[in-house]
Amino acid sequence: MPVIELSGVTKIYSTGEKALDNVSLTIEQGDVFGIVGKSGAGKSTMLKLFGMLEQPTAGDLTILGESACGIKNSRANAIKKNIGTVFQGYNLLMQRSVAKNIAFPLELAGVDKKTIKGYFQHKRLIKKRCEELAQLVGLGDKTEAYPASLSGGQKQRVAIARALSTSPKILLCDEPTSALDSFTAKEILKLIKEINVKLGTTIVIITHDIHVVRAVCNKALVLEGGQIVEMGNVPQILENPKNPATRMLLDL
Amino acid sequence: MANLWETFLNFREVIWTETLTTLYMTFTTVGLAYLLGLPLGVLIVCLNKGGLFPNKPIHAVLGFVVNTVRSIPFLILMVALMTFTRFVVGTGIGSTAALVPLIIAAAPFIARMVEAAINEVDVGVIDAAKSMGATNLQIICKVMLPESIPSLIRGFSITAIMIMNFSAMTGAIAAGGLGDMAIRYGHMRSDTDVIIVIVVVIVIIVTLIQLLFNFLAAKIDKRIIQRRI
Repeated sequence: MPVIELSGVTKIYSTGEKALDNVSLTIEQGDVFGIVGKSGAGKSTMLKLFGMLEQPTAGDLTILGESACGIKNSRANAIKKNIGTVFQGYNLLMQRSVAKNIAFPLELAGVDKKTIKGYFQHKRLIKKRCEELAQLVGLGDKTEAYPASLSGGQKQRVAIARALSTSPKILLCDEPTSALDSFTAKEILKLIKEINVKLGTTIVIITHDIHVVRAVCNKALVLEGGQIVEMGNVPQILENPKNPATRMLLDL
Repeated sequence: MANLWETFLNFREVIWTETLTTLYMTFTTVGLAYLLGLPLGVLIVCLNKGGLFPNKPIHAVLGFVVNTVRSIPFLILMVALMTFTRFVVGTGIGSTAALVPLIIAAAPFIARMVEAAINEVDVGVIDAAKSMGATNLQIICKVMLPESIPSLIRGFSITAIMIMNFSAMTGAIAAGGLGDMAIRYGHMRSDTDVIIVIVVVIVIIVTLIQLLFNFLAAKIDKRIIQRRI
């Protein structure tokens, strides 16, 4: 089943900059999909489209079987609950503890305040869920710590747990390892792969580093100047790169 | 030194009453002015380019109003507002009447303080909340304000001390307070000792306010591990 579908998508910003040019792609359920390219190739724009933070100028975008173009804000917010995002700069709430950070998307989704009992039940559920997720990312003993006291790798683990709290079907990762040392980066990638296998979450990774693709992705595409210059299964791209842009990324 | 201590003891009852008046004017003003200034500051941030609901004309108008009110010297603002004050509180003189010009002077200042505090919040965190489907109200109440609380508290102490300074001028409309006392008992009777005693009392109050709020801000600030108090 396709999870994200782009057909003939073009994105032109109000500044006149053409970030994506007639792009079509399909990401299937359970994929770990890598999007590679230099800065300015259109990677971030693509992620913003997937995350419904931007609308395509032309073409059609379908997320989880529903058209994401020209829909109401409330509907868009509902779809966004099915998408978790992990950022390069972690983007954690600094005034909230690890547990409260993980709980944040659940709080946004709303607490049942109709009955006092429902309210407390919901609170308990959130607490339990946060503990589970902290365990999953290996931070079970850090739930009361504040982000400022954590290392980069630990912060990214919190960000991953937070992105997973609403049990999203899609996990978008924007350069998840770029701010980390190579050893920590490997561990984070291992965790991402684990989530894909354990929870069946479809994962999209944006990166400038083709080694990330080699480590975790099963499918990938290479962006250059807003166009897809190469797309397919990872082994095939890595072993037989057709495009000069891909060859450059591979240091060939 | 002995003289000063004697002056203090002679005037201690008046000093105590006037200190209470000063504190009453300062903290009532700051409390009420925040009801105005906090939403105004949030609004200015949200209406700005790249904000939650950008609107250039309204942002420009609000900015102009804030800048204008902040430019008017307080003494002139107080006199100019006398008719309005009489309309609101029923009288143009006294410490309660002084609250009106004080609040109007403080609110735009607070708005700028709040604006600066919120602008310190990492844009990435706001983007993250947007990507989770947060509504604008949720972004304001759950991200912008809680994340900027340490700065808001520091801004609160700066505002309180500024209003205490302004309240000294409200002697012009018979509002009382330490500043008024310094003028009536000290300046007008050419009694330098009284002035010195009152200044020392004001310095002590300001220091205590500053220490208290610095301590609170450091306690609440989770962004730094090593807390400086």
